[in-house]
Amino acid sequence: MIIAERKPLDEIMTMVQDAKRILVLGCRGCVTICSAGGEREVEILASLIRLGKQKAGQPVETIEATLVRQCDKEYIDSIDQWDGQYDAIVSMACGVGVNFIANLRPMAKVYPAVNTTSFGGSSEQGVWSEQCAGCGNCILHLTGGLCPVARCAKSLMNGPCGGSVAGRCEIHKDVPCIWQSIHDKMVRIDSQDGLTAIAPIRDWSTSGHGGPRRMVRNDLTV
Amino acid sequence: MPFTPNIQAFCCHYTSQQTLAEGSEGLLLDGFPKSVTIHRLVCTGKLEVSTLLKAFEDGADGVYVAGCPVDKCHNLMGSQRAAKRVGAIKKALAELGVEPERIEMFHLERGFHPEFVKVAQEMNERILELGPSPFKGDAK
Repeated sequence: MIIAERKPLDEIMTMVQDAKRILVLGCRGCVTICSAGGEREVEILASLIRLGKQKAGQPVETIEATLVRQCDKEYIDSIDQWDGQYDAIVSMACGVGVNFIANLRPMAKVYPAVNTTSFGGSSEQGVWSEQCAGCGNCILHLTGGLCPVARCAKSLMNGPCGGSVAGRCEIHKDVPCIWQSIHDKMVRIDSQDGLTAIAPIRDWSTSGHGGPRRMVRNDLTV
Repeated sequence: MPFTPNIQAFCCHYTSQQTLAEGSEGLLLDGFPKSVTIHRLVCTGKLEVSTLLKAFEDGADGVYVAGCPVDKCHNLMGSQRAAKRVGAIKKALAELGVEPERIEMFHLERGFHPEFVKVAQEMNERILELGPSPFKGDAK
């Protein structure tokens, strides 16, 4: 899923300093799962915005709502029910949701309430870690299912850099050296021979270096 | 005009048994401050952050939560969860430029203990010193 975390409150309060009616809009997708922008977080942020405005002596009205997703047109369309009732939308979705609202409602002022950080998962309650970089050219079949693009600090393709100590990355002792993990995994599944093959120079154009990526499925288009 | 604090206390069933047994008049005789309004819960782990924030929105100058001792919660981790939520609100209050001390978590022994009255007195004194909630500013 997409991992996000709420922005500092003062940043959000600055965004909405001129707004008197604010639609605080959550998303039931990834940001609900990572407790950044679901229904509960919408309720909390709306309350904090009202308190911040009360402290500043500024009147404010908030509308709290959470869409099924903010990354599909049909769900974005449902915000029309509040037309004329808000000056600004504070979206608690990932950056995709904010962009979708901006794309589809050109006249709306939409602000991000979260920082979108990575693609990952929850390794334990309250802890999320990056697992995938969305590079567009997956090589997990060669690395035992563990991604060196996302999980090696240097995104190395041909083994460890040599800086790891006791299986930990040199950038931080809490970060496992993913190449150590890849090697251990390949040995466990008796596939270590595959690691001797030299990975060719990588084409990063699929990773966004060739501009915004777009996918078209002709079997699905109408 | 002298300041009379509005303090909202959220207490679990086990730490607030005294209120049930003595009633509000009995508590006052024990020295429990009039400024404190008690909300009894089955467990402080049930408390939502939004409930505590709403207390401030509704005019509280101070808020506190009284739950079981950290390692002896009747529901195992309820009071630990409540403490984390109180911690999150302390951080949010600080971000809004408001004293984090306006909200507090207390871990109390269950049943009848003088600490139940003592923490109410402590919060009353603390809020008297801090003064009215900055959230009470009149809208311009």
